[in-house]
Amino acid sequence: MSTAPSIEHDTSHGHHTEHYQGGIMRWLTTTNHKDIGTMYMTFALIMFFIGGAMILAVRAELFQPGLQLMQPEFFNQLIGVHALVMIFAALMPAATGFANWQIPLMIGAPDMALPRINNWGFWLLPPAATLLTLPFILALFGIGDGAVNTGWTLYAPLSVQGGMGVDFAIFSIHILGVSSILGSINIIVTIFNLRAPGMTMMKLPLFAWGWLITAFLLIATIPVLAGAVTMLLTDRHFGTSFFNAAGGGDPILFQHLFWFFGHPEVYILLLPIWGLIPHVLGTFSRKPIYGYKAQVYSFVAIGVLSVVVWAHHFFTAGMPVPALLYFMYSTMFISLPLAVLFFCWVATMWRGAMSFETPMLFAQGFIVLFGLAGLTGLVLADVAADAQYHHSYFVVAHFHYALFAGGIMGVMTGVYYWLPKWTGHMFSETLGKWHFWLTVISFNLTFMPQFFLGLAGMPRRIPDYALQFVEFNAISTVGAFILGFSQLIFAYNVWKCVKGGTRATDKVWEGAEGLEWDLSSPPPHHSWEVQPVIK
Amino acid sequence: MTTHTSPHLQHYFVPQPSPYPFILSGGMFTLALGFILSMNAFAAGSWIMLAGAAVIVFVVYNWFGKVIGENQSGSYSEWEDKSFRYGMIWFIASEVAFFAAFFGALFYVRNISVPALAGMDPAFTLWKDFTAAWPSAGPKGPAFTPMGAWGIPALNTAILLTSGATLTWAHWGMLKNNRSQLNLGLLLTIVLGVVFLGFQAYEYYHAYTELGLTLGAGVYGATFFMLTGFHGFHVTLGAIMLMVVYGRCLRGHFSVERHFAFEGVAWYWHFVDVVWLGLFILVYWL
Repeated sequence: MSTAPSIEHDTSHGHHTEHYQGGIMRWLTTTNHKDIGTMYMTFALIMFFIGGAMILAVRAELFQPGLQLMQPEFFNQLIGVHALVMIFAALMPAATGFANWQIPLMIGAPDMALPRINNWGFWLLPPAATLLTLPFILALFGIGDGAVNTGWTLYAPLSVQGGMGVDFAIFSIHILGVSSILGSINIIVTIFNLRAPGMTMMKLPLFAWGWLITAFLLIATIPVLAGAVTMLLTDRHFGTSFFNAAGGGDPILFQHLFWFFGHPEVYILLLPIWGLIPHVLGTFSRKPIYGYKAQVYSFVAIGVLSVVVWAHHFFTAGMPVPALLYFMYSTMFISLPLAVLFFCWVATMWRGAMSFETPMLFAQGFIVLFGLAGLTGLVLADVAADAQYHHSYFVVAHFHYALFAGGIMGVMTGVYYWLPKWTGHMFSETLGKWHFWLTVISFNLTFMPQFFLGLAGMPRRIPDYALQFVEFNAISTVGAFILGFSQLIFAYNVWKCVKGGTRATDKVWEGAEGLEWDLSSPPPHHSWEVQPVIK
Repeated sequence: MTTHTSPHLQHYFVPQPSPYPFILSGGMFTLALGFILSMNAFAAGSWIMLAGAAVIVFVVYNWFGKVIGENQSGSYSEWEDKSFRYGMIWFIASEVAFFAAFFGALFYVRNISVPALAGMDPAFTLWKDFTAAWPSAGPKGPAFTPMGAWGIPALNTAILLTSGATLTWAHWGMLKNNRSQLNLGLLLTIVLGVVFLGFQAYEYYHAYTELGLTLGAGVYGATFFMLTGFHGFHVTLGAIMLMVVYGRCLRGHFSVERHFAFEGVAWYWHFVDVVWLGLFILVYWL
């Protein structure tokens, strides 16, 4: 290799021609970022419905006080696996699907930088999801006592004493973690090395910026979670005492390690969304994105702050007062860069020529409802107030405003925004609007009462409750079922759009800006093989 | 070295569809499933594990073989080379975070949980007589003798640091196109790595049979074995990667300008070196 061929090596490549194996082998072996993005999105949608079905069973049980449908042991398994599925198998893969589809299109890259690693990252997900849910099925055959029953946080010592389901969850998390790290490395390398000539970092689309910070956070925190669950595994099976006070360890150590990952995880789920929202707002306001630099700096600031605030998740576990104060103020400090983002979003729309297609509706629903998540988060960050709200339904409501309204509705925004580009067809605007309004109304019907339940003192993760909580629980369950079934409209709309419909133009939306809109709809199998030059 | 004035006219190498990632995922699933079953006393577990491990070894061998083949046939330019470099850097960054979790646990038990257990109000503790000291197996852990720093561990520190130097010397050989210096340096590095692992194995044997220092010896035993164990595992991986690079050097692979595989492995080796320094100071010495 003393003479590194540069231009002439092109001829040895077969990737100009559109050839890939047909049928299932195409998907098992693909190295194409669009194929892999499609697999991520499809997997996320399937797991979204699986995780949703689990929680509808939970809400059905909570419709009335007393135990009607299931035993507490099974209830505990459902809530924990619901959370793990929604976070690791629905939201994160959806965000990674966006990254795969959009980052190469938006930065003018020929593909992701490490295509085979990219495929590996996806194909680790189905095995991990299988490990997570397999114990449910094994239990039907009398093997083991069901899935992980500790809640998604896996707190020791409960998880040290738990059954085989905990082991399955530990290895599921390991494999999910490998997948996340591979995906993150790929995204970082793609953004650093494959940008179109002339696209400086400060011309990078905000979506890519959001994902870049996400990827850094994943690389910094996922291995810590891997370490924590490894310690859990050795405490369970190999006699170590990391979380055992008799051997000099401490169960609270697990909480520190878990939330060192767990808090940044919130921003891992949300930063890709904060990246895509401004594109949508700009498009439908027919204005440039307001405060690009301010948003980039806010992403960086939030990324940095997110790894130094973790202990606010367990204020009540017992900590020295200076530590409480530090974690309280540092947490509240995050609201400053977050407020910058909110102002930039609103300012992007300000005096714009706005129109209200489905993606814009979802983006605006996102801003309002995610704003409520932020405001209730400030309440929880207060050490004195948190003593009452901790582990109550107030917390459940808060993080569903963050992760459903902030996360899932953000994903919906992106899907409606880019789906015509991906499929070459327009979706049904009517169905989209029905989906939006049903989602927003039933979402609030589900989770708004949970704030009041929490304020009144109802604890989370309990299958039965006192009579005073009956009405709000009944309303919440009705809301949850409407919310769950409304998502079928979404699935149907996406399916219809994939299969056919009005042809989408290359630009799709009148006010759209960015490299991806210069390509045809749908883009060719290999795009930007010759990179565009950014002036 | 060719320089590209207009890199956008280049084509980036996008490999053909490959079955390896999918098969590797299947192997990892099988390995994990087998491990879970064997830990929960299912006899078939170990065999399933073995099958999973075999699949992983098969894929890793073939996948790396494929990449080496692509490299030798000139599929990669500096552009792809840069992707590999960035990829390796961020992979090592994730490894740093993994070790940080265990160093963090060590810090926590030494500075927070052990002193807290000893400092509790006598009215509220099961273990009134427990006093804070390090090393400690906690209030109810077994008696053990901690591992001294200035025997084998100090020797191992010298060995690993020397191996870092021989590797750099080998790299100088590469840069001067002095292949015999390159090969000798690599061989020395591998030998030192293997000697290190041999001493480590002996130290574990000594700890288990004579010192009463086991995984079950409270938080000291837990942090000691998990930190040194994962480090030893990484040295093993590094040594295997060095052997592959050595084999490639013997076959005349790499050039003065283009030898990312060598450098990537060297970065990894220096990384395990630095982790060892942290271990020597924080686990063995202080």
